[in-house]
Amino acid sequence: MAVNLKINNMDVTVPEGTTILEAARSINVDIPTLCYLKEINEIGSCRMCVVEIKGARALQASCVYPVAEGMEVFTNTKAVRDSRKVTLELILSNHDRKCLTCVRNQNCELQKMSTDLGVDDIRFLGENPYYDVDNLSPSIVRDPNKCILCRRCVSVCKNVQTVSVIDAVERGINTIVGSPFGVSLSETPCVNCGQCIVVCPVGALREKDDTDRVWEAIADPAKHVIVQTAPAVRIALGEEFGMPIGTRVTGKMVSALKLMGFDGVFDTDTAADFTIMEEGTEFLQRLEKGGKLPLITSCSPGWVKFCEHNFPDFLDNLSSAKSPHEMFGAITKSYYAEKQGIDPASIYVVSVMPCTAKKFEAAREELSGTGYPDVDAVITTRELGRMIKQSGIEFTKLEDGQFDTPFGAASGAGVIFGATGGVMEAALRTVADILTGQDLQAIDYEAVRGIEGIKEATLEIAGKKVRVAVASGLGNARKLLESIRSGEKEYEFIEIMGCPGGCVAGGGQPIVDAKTQMEINVRAARASAIYAEDKAMTFRKSHKNPIVSKIYQEYLGEPCGHLSHKLLHTHYMQRANY
Amino acid sequence: MAVKNTIPFRGTPQQEQELQDVIARYKDCAGATIPVLHEAQRIYGYLPIEVQKMVSEGLNVPLAEIYGVVTFYTQFTTEPKGAYHIAVCLGTACYVKGSGDIIDRIKTRLGVDVGSCSNDGKFSLEATRCIGACGLAPVLTVNEDVYGRLVLDDIDGILDKYLK
Repeated sequence: MAVNLKINNMDVTVPEGTTILEAARSINVDIPTLCYLKEINEIGSCRMCVVEIKGARALQASCVYPVAEGMEVFTNTKAVRDSRKVTLELILSNHDRKCLTCVRNQNCELQKMSTDLGVDDIRFLGENPYYDVDNLSPSIVRDPNKCILCRRCVSVCKNVQTVSVIDAVERGINTIVGSPFGVSLSETPCVNCGQCIVVCPVGALREKDDTDRVWEAIADPAKHVIVQTAPAVRIALGEEFGMPIGTRVTGKMVSALKLMGFDGVFDTDTAADFTIMEEGTEFLQRLEKGGKLPLITSCSPGWVKFCEHNFPDFLDNLSSAKSPHEMFGAITKSYYAEKQGIDPASIYVVSVMPCTAKKFEAAREELSGTGYPDVDAVITTRELGRMIKQSGIEFTKLEDGQFDTPFGAASGAGVIFGATGGVMEAALRTVADILTGQDLQAIDYEAVRGIEGIKEATLEIAGKKVRVAVASGLGNARKLLESIRSGEKEYEFIEIMGCPGGCVAGGGQPIVDAKTQMEINVRAARASAIYAEDKAMTFRKSHKNPIVSKIYQEYLGEPCGHLSHKLLHTHYMQRANY
Repeated sequence: MAVKNTIPFRGTPQQEQELQDVIARYKDCAGATIPVLHEAQRIYGYLPIEVQKMVSEGLNVPLAEIYGVVTFYTQFTTEPKGAYHIAVCLGTACYVKGSGDIIDRIKTRLGVDVGSCSNDGKFSLEATRCIGACGLAPVLTVNEDVYGRLVLDDIDGILDKYLK
């Protein structure tokens, strides 16, 4: 039912159940918010979004106040402005205001609001207890001194990801967001997904910065430093330089990496094609020989750790294939080292990932089949953005560069790994060809595309019925696996990505403020850039990538063969949940 | 996991069984966390990490949330109670009659901070709000024993009784 109301004397009609905030934004009336994050945190706690409602006793939080027929709302009265300003001053009074050296400088919702509301002096001297910064996790750094207690991170961790390793603890002035008994995140079942970072309006949560390690490696003449970039990086990196969400900057990114001094600039998408060869073969073997099904993808390290903690009974369902960037590292330190005559000990592999969990993954001891760690350093899209800025490179003015050979040619299948449903689709493209013995032309599996949390489809491939499911976001993964555990659902093949929307919305991606998130569906915009990239590729199936066939012929032998197992596969372990 | 208190957990199988019974009774109720934590504190005297984990697992509520609740409400404590729990009233009447000095004397004598327990588990010390015995101000209790109209010099004698 439609509801008619007036906001600042302007008529507006919105559906019943709309909040005042949404109604106001729909007619371009801006109301400042801090704790509010669409669909994730709608708790009305920060009081920045207060408005006057005619007849109401006090100012009301517009982010949680539903519209009513005939309501008259004023968003810009003196009382409203004064209230917001005092609230903001109080928040700022115990905020660690070291903006100049903060990772979120100029990309901070608190800082912007402070400017917008004209706070030029903070009249209150807050009590500022000092809290230790938790930097023991390989992926995530928590600085409670910068926390404004908006609880977006708590909500995303608990309600979206169902990981729940942080919550508000203590009360009053002593309240902080933390883990039980004050332990470090690294001692909890945190899966390092970094969703807490991308929802944080300030600098209280950030990735563990590994840029110095990478600069050091580049500066070391004894090291052969090569870099690989994940599919989701190229469609988001532009945002760090003010380009619109969903801009493809593959060529500029490659040029920038070359200017930064890497000895080889390669594409993780090529490695994704190897993942499909291995995982696809594994799937076919399990399907034909009656192995453990459903096979569940293992590319997402946030998901893998979540599985180790919460679903140890599904560890045998996980594909033993390593994630693409780990495969890349292993091939680089074996095949590539041999071909180029480089001592693998001197090769330093840097992965640029949309992901903070990849930092944890790279440190797993089992991921070193060559005798060396597959990957030496992982940096996020945001960290790459910072390194490009540090280099004085005018990113937006760069010409398009080309990836180096041999790991520069990829198929479209490798590209779509970046979006939820992409790994499934990539695998199906190859599996269907093998099962039918044909070069199928209908390869856009629309049923597994889209940003819904759980997608299902039943496919007929060469007379075989294959039931597939795709889940993104760990809350959805939990729901899906519980439905299998209870016997309610059955599938043959499942793709799971730790972050809602898949890697395009990973925890290492550029941070989009709450206001923009109300206007643009970030996941959808980035995913469409991924599919555009796929369409533009010469080869769109992993097994058609000539590099892939060449390396199997020359070096690896068969997918899932002896050498592949040593280099390209891994194992998992049960982890305690407390 | 690193845990703040240094007293080892001494829960018995009987206590655990009692807690599991409580959990089973509340398992399918909405909003069971707080009543179960109350019961758990009654059974164990306090809510150490071991007990919070049992409640978390039993109710399928994240440990972070349990810990958040425990630290929010002042009636929950993560510190064990000693064999002798000393509560010194710091209500207005007691305070103006010198209970601040009394609590300081106890702290020094026993080496126990307010809100914590001695390492041997013998004494714990609490500063309470008014306990409604203003006529006896300043007043303290040791378990069920009440000591009123105290002067500083009474303290050593009282503690000696329990130190034996």
